[in-house]
Amino acid sequence: MNKKIANTMTNPDNNISERIKTLLFDNKVMIVFAFLCFGAFMVSGMQLEAVVAEVFTRIARNGFTVLALLIPVFAGMGLNFGIVIGAIAAQIAIFAVVYWRFTGLGGMMLAVLIATPLALLFGYLVGKLFNKMKGAEMIAGLILGYFADGLYQLLFLVLIGGVIPATDPRYIIDGGMGVKNAIDLTGSLKYSIDRVKIIDLALGLLILVVVITGVKLFLHLKKKRQLERKDLIIFAVVAILYAITYVPAIEKHLFADRINLIVALPLFLLFVVIRNLLAIYKNSKKPDPNFNRPRSIFYIALSVLVYILTYVPALESLIMSINLPVLPYVLITGLCAFNNGLLNTRLGQNMRTVGQSQTVAAASGINVDRTRVIAMMLSTLLACWGQLIYLQNIGTFSTYGAHLQIGQFAVAALLVGGASVSKATNKQALIGVTLFHLLFIIAPQAGNQLFGDAQIGEYFRVFVSYGVIALSLAMHAWQRKKPLEEITAD
Amino acid sequence: METEYLLSMNDISKEYFGNKVLKNVNLQVKTGEIHALMGENGAGKSTLMNVLFGMPVIHNTGGFEGQVQLDGKEISIADPHDAMNYGIGMVHQEFMLIPDFTVTENIKVGRETGRPSLVPVLDKVFGRDLDHMLWDEMAADSRRSLDSIGMMNIEEYAKVAGMPIGYQQFVEIAREIDKTGIKLLVFDEPTAVLTESEADRLLEIMRLISSRGIAIIFITHRLDEVMQVADSMTILRDGEFVARKEVAETNLVEIAQLMIGRQVDKLVDDSEHDPRELSDDKIALELVNYCVNMPGEKVINMNVKIREGEIFGFGGLAGQGKIGIHNGIQGLYETRGDVLIHGEKLDLSKRGEALRKDIAFVSEDRRGVGLLLGESIERNIVFSAMQVKNEFLKRGLLDRKASLKHTREMIELLDIRTTGPQQTAGSLSGGNQQKVCLARALTLKPNILIVAEPTRGIDIGAKKLVLEYLTKINREQGTTIIVISSELVELRSICDRIAIVAKGTIAAILDPEAPDADYGLAMSGLKREDVGA
Repeated sequence: MNKKIANTMTNPDNNISERIKTLLFDNKVMIVFAFLCFGAFMVSGMQLEAVVAEVFTRIARNGFTVLALLIPVFAGMGLNFGIVIGAIAAQIAIFAVVYWRFTGLGGMMLAVLIATPLALLFGYLVGKLFNKMKGAEMIAGLILGYFADGLYQLLFLVLIGGVIPATDPRYIIDGGMGVKNAIDLTGSLKYSIDRVKIIDLALGLLILVVVITGVKLFLHLKKKRQLERKDLIIFAVVAILYAITYVPAIEKHLFADRINLIVALPLFLLFVVIRNLLAIYKNSKKPDPNFNRPRSIFYIALSVLVYILTYVPALESLIMSINLPVLPYVLITGLCAFNNGLLNTRLGQNMRTVGQSQTVAAASGINVDRTRVIAMMLSTLLACWGQLIYLQNIGTFSTYGAHLQIGQFAVAALLVGGASVSKATNKQALIGVTLFHLLFIIAPQAGNQLFGDAQIGEYFRVFVSYGVIALSLAMHAWQRKKPLEEITAD
Repeated sequence: METEYLLSMNDISKEYFGNKVLKNVNLQVKTGEIHALMGENGAGKSTLMNVLFGMPVIHNTGGFEGQVQLDGKEISIADPHDAMNYGIGMVHQEFMLIPDFTVTENIKVGRETGRPSLVPVLDKVFGRDLDHMLWDEMAADSRRSLDSIGMMNIEEYAKVAGMPIGYQQFVEIAREIDKTGIKLLVFDEPTAVLTESEADRLLEIMRLISSRGIAIIFITHRLDEVMQVADSMTILRDGEFVARKEVAETNLVEIAQLMIGRQVDKLVDDSEHDPRELSDDKIALELVNYCVNMPGEKVINMNVKIREGEIFGFGGLAGQGKIGIHNGIQGLYETRGDVLIHGEKLDLSKRGEALRKDIAFVSEDRRGVGLLLGESIERNIVFSAMQVKNEFLKRGLLDRKASLKHTREMIELLDIRTTGPQQTAGSLSGGNQQKVCLARALTLKPNILIVAEPTRGIDIGAKKLVLEYLTKINREQGTTIIVISSELVELRSICDRIAIVAKGTIAAILDPEAPDADYGLAMSGLKREDVGA
């Protein structure tokens, strides 16, 4: 029994070719999809600018919803097809808001206010149900989505106008009962999130910080009758930041609602570099054998390379041509941070434990059912907000169809990114959304070029995206079986 | 004098659906002593521990009678969490570890150290849920616990997956030690899965822990280990309290006797004339260095010769490997070594090969492997013969006439209580199901019949009938019968010789009339000579 035993076990394959093999194998779905996208793009003959711009639009539109799937995966509840129910909550709220003629960001905030308790309630009920059918959450979520759709139809086709008084001819079917087939958000909620200016966002955040610190300070003063220096520093920083917004050079950028990719990309790369440098620094002070140093160095090198590439004229003009809506991307970043932060809390750790083994969790005094319900509530709520972002961007939606496919689409996107039923990360969600929508955009064109019929490309896309779900689920079942064989074969 | 004991469980009784599994059992453990809890499978050890830990299985079935005292005060334990709060911990036989977690995460599971999040308002609403995890502190704690049991070479940040089983066991122990205020630690057959050197290490650690004033309840079948480390012991048998002994005042033979200690009431009358002539030259089945890789029932290097016309028994405790023997011959699990049938090697890689060599089986898993529950008795009885010997077939289709005739004969012969050949096997009682299994095996007209747990789950009357019938076909048709059973009494009732299987191999081959102590010693893998008694 030598000291190295535990160490070598964490890195069983030190062999480089072995490592590359496992790397390729672990990312097989993603790699296949990347090749597919590349091939389809070459065939489609589409303009790169158009494709890239469209992809970024769609990430802003759908990224949030896909990220909403992560929490149930942490908690071992699989892929949450039940997010359809969150989307339903969002649509109910949106209908109420547009019906009452609220508009703009205020209207959207009202929609959030209405949708949030609804989504939490729905999530609670779904979680309760899932606790009664442990192990079958995915199929339950899928069927539950259809069931909820039925109730939704009852509400929108019969109850609204039929029981709940509603007469506005813009939204109600001529007979006076039921909601019309399509709801147009143009002029009311369309782009209400996309078009939030940077300055408004910044001021909003500053005000939030001031209010929270102020309340804290107030409570402190009441209790201890003395000021805390930390809080005063926060006020000072806020004041300085506020002052900066009046510096003309900065001010002129702040009144935009979009940020050019040439600005955003280096910011993102800088973030990646700093993060990895920090990790390396931390590891050098206190070695952690689970830390993968070459990988961090690789990411830093990659970031630098990408940054250099932005100076290639052709790429530069491409990047310059793309503008990102600010708030949706801020929200997506925020959700990524939330997912990571959650894992660092007691609740997150409990979720991971429950996800790994309910028996161990229960024996350790963790309330398994409660943890699972919370996971479902969070996921449903996030999906609901995701649907709000999606609908305000689309601008018009089919009352009876907009929510139907989001479960399957979001799940497929997550799986394309290399996630599985039991393991998923922010990165996988974002890569998945990108690849999935890339194929979405170019497959019909490719089909058109190859077969003279866009519909064939569309069929192909549907076939591939559902194929990915089936394949991932099958591989998951297959991988789950494997450890058993290993035990018996010793 | 009550306060002398740290834990005392008095007059504990427990019923499962009218079946008394614990009858006025007492258990007393002193502070800092290692107390062995002993008994055969089904003696009530697990149930007693379930009571101690307030497991849901106890409370969902109507609770228990009796009294549990800790430090002289009566306590009531409603769930495992309560037990933890009282300072009672358990090292499980099946590890409660999460493979994908690190050692630290496993040690701290459910008890993570955290500090309140930065937003006090949220803490008010969500309580400790939003605590920020302090992994560095937790890693230091884990290191301390591991060091304190002398496990310097387990690294606290390594993942548990892939660790040797022994190490995993030590992680479990470290977790229990890490709990504050631990007073009593239960080890549930901890050495069952360990190698010899790991087991020695474990015993050492148990001594170390008890020397710090933590009491240990040590559940085990291994007598030698008890003699090595325990201070005192409680012996249970059939849910009844047999004795509490100080180890210093007793010896192996006495303990073995107390564990088995029941008068052998022969279930079968064997006073009639026995026409058989058994000879060591005529071997029906021989195992040579035979190994079976059946999880939980491994067979390791077994050598035995079973004579033609003999009734041979395999006994021993659950998990020691006796169940693996026939599953290997059937080809259900991977095997090594040879099985010779009348001196001829059996190709174990081919499933069903044994059946073609006129060996028939009655499985221990009646409802799972033994029967097609949704099918009729008729189909169940003729099924194997159809498959293996192409009997009851007419131009490739089932010959209803012949099969019905045969089924009727079998129903009469074995006295299967049924509404008719078309009744589904699943709707029969346990005893009658067993008779159907037997009928199917007999339909193959076997030369060797291997019966596993022939009387499991059937009532005493049916038990007697099945055993008598086995004896009858042995005497009348000369069929060699191999019985594999957990019940010594039934083995001792009908077998000519009984092999006791321990640790995957044969500990001893005993005469049915051999003394109880010999059986007791063999079951824990010891021989009388080893003990020096």
